[in-house]
Amino acid sequence: MRVLKRIYVNQEYCIGCGLCEIYCSLQHSKSRILIKAYKKEHPKPLSCIRIDKCLPISFSVQCRHCEDPPCVIACLSGAMTKDEKSGIVAHNSDKCIGCWTCLMVCPFGAIKMDTNRKQVTAKCDLCQDLENPSCVENCPNEALILEEVSV
Amino acid sequence: MKSRYVIIGGSAGGIGAVEEIRRYDKNGTIVLVSEEPYEPYSRPMISDYLAGEATFEKMQFRPTYFWGSYKAKPLLGRRVTNINFDEKYLKIQESKKLFFEKLLLAVGGKPFIPNMEGIKKVGIYTFSNLSDSQLLKDRINEINKVVVIGGGLIGISVTEAFAKLNKKVSIIELKDRILNLIVDDTTSHIIEGVMKKNGVRIITNNSVKQIKGKKENKEKIDHVVLTDGQKIECDTVVIAIGVVPRTELVDSGNIRINKGILVDRYMSTNNPDVYACGDVSEAYDYIIGENRVLALWPLAYQGGRIAGSNMVGLKNKYQGGTIMSALKYFNVPAISVGISNPDNRDNEYEILSSIDKDEINYKKIVLKNGAICGLTLVGDIEKAGIYFNLIKEKIKLQKYKNNLLSPEFGLSHLPKSYSMKLIRRN
Repeated sequence: MRVLKRIYVNQEYCIGCGLCEIYCSLQHSKSRILIKAYKKEHPKPLSCIRIDKCLPISFSVQCRHCEDPPCVIACLSGAMTKDEKSGIVAHNSDKCIGCWTCLMVCPFGAIKMDTNRKQVTAKCDLCQDLENPSCVENCPNEALILEEVSV
Repeated sequence: MKSRYVIIGGSAGGIGAVEEIRRYDKNGTIVLVSEEPYEPYSRPMISDYLAGEATFEKMQFRPTYFWGSYKAKPLLGRRVTNINFDEKYLKIQESKKLFFEKLLLAVGGKPFIPNMEGIKKVGIYTFSNLSDSQLLKDRINEINKVVVIGGGLIGISVTEAFAKLNKKVSIIELKDRILNLIVDDTTSHIIEGVMKKNGVRIITNNSVKQIKGKKENKEKIDHVVLTDGQKIECDTVVIAIGVVPRTELVDSGNIRINKGILVDRYMSTNNPDVYACGDVSEAYDYIIGENRVLALWPLAYQGGRIAGSNMVGLKNKYQGGTIMSALKYFNVPAISVGISNPDNRDNEYEILSSIDKDEINYKKIVLKNGAICGLTLVGDIEKAGIYFNLIKEKIKLQKYKNNLLSPEFGLSHLPKSYSMKLIRRN
């Protein structure tokens, strides 16, 4: 049995404030300093979150690290891989050719196009360096939660 | 020699099969025979390789020593000459018989080469594997003017690579627009515009009749003559008319063949010990509800995975595939899925579309009986996967049609029974 980490959203608590996006891009910025990241860094840091909103409904969507991930199966270059131990769907931007096949097949629309830097895709990495992903940690209404799932 | 599993073909299908066989059978012997001498690489990247945008290292689809790490014995650069399905063995060139218990045919397709005057001259190429790309790369400094016959996916990819290398390229397309089997008219028009802006000459409603040699050396190409009589000077011709399944190893008396090798939903042929996948096979398409040849990398890989697990003895069902293309010519993103361009003579389809005035963002949704069956996106393609899954799951969207073209479109614009199930905790 393995224990996998996953981010879930309680859509009834989400107010669509967009802080998760800000903290996500901050965490993936060069400086990790808010003002610097937003005002000075070029290219602008990219968030791997998409706010899905049709008011009054809103929720934050990031990679679900699927058990049988369509993006990994469809990847043309071998850049997208599933780590069997951690369950993380990882993206290697050095191997990525930006063919966009992965985002064509992601049911969540959770893969981003990183066209400011180079033509590659970008996605949630569950903030490997942190104990809790930055979006979960900074969600003001606790709509985002990190769960450990046993499979 | 005898092996529990024998796989012919070392590309997407073969790789997928080896990975899944090993997931369930740690020790069963696997032999993989491939005509290509290379470690697993990404075929769709051969144009990046030609353009100098990807090295072989970057093209490696799996880490080096992949076959060994999966305890599969690779016979690379070797050709299978025939298969005996009754006695269950195959003959490999310059080798003894190789007996199998379960066999996977993942041999792919081969370029169709028309019979025309001058087709044997020096400087005529096809473009479907790394060796083809390498042959062109080796001669790249001598190549200046190229004629590409065929405006399909392969033709446009090789054209883009040459254009990036500042070669003068002309595409000759038989129909009235390039990529006519892949995308709709508007998208063809947008991509044609981008190609032309990058110096490519596109000639439609025409084809090459003859390839003419130089006066001083008839073996070398001087120009091509088109059906309408016009001549185009060139030193290189790339034939990209189409790819046909490589069924020559299979005798139709043993294995059922239509255009490709027919497989069931478990990727098995009519012979229960013989499987097929990828470009050589005719597998299930979930939109048309029938089998068809779909020569697409992700489907070959997935077909190989399904075949591999079933060769071990599982009963994994192939969900099917459909025509799907993600394109990026000169950095213009475009996606086309399913029935994206119906003729709609009987008005059975409902078509929703929007385009901005600069033709940067284009969306088109084709619905049949209230469910999406075709999708085209150009420019803003990030949410393509949401539509893609609606197609796959055949979700009825009658009441939600007005949301589909909205720039804010997302899961929250869809029936709650669908979106909440997708995002809820489980």
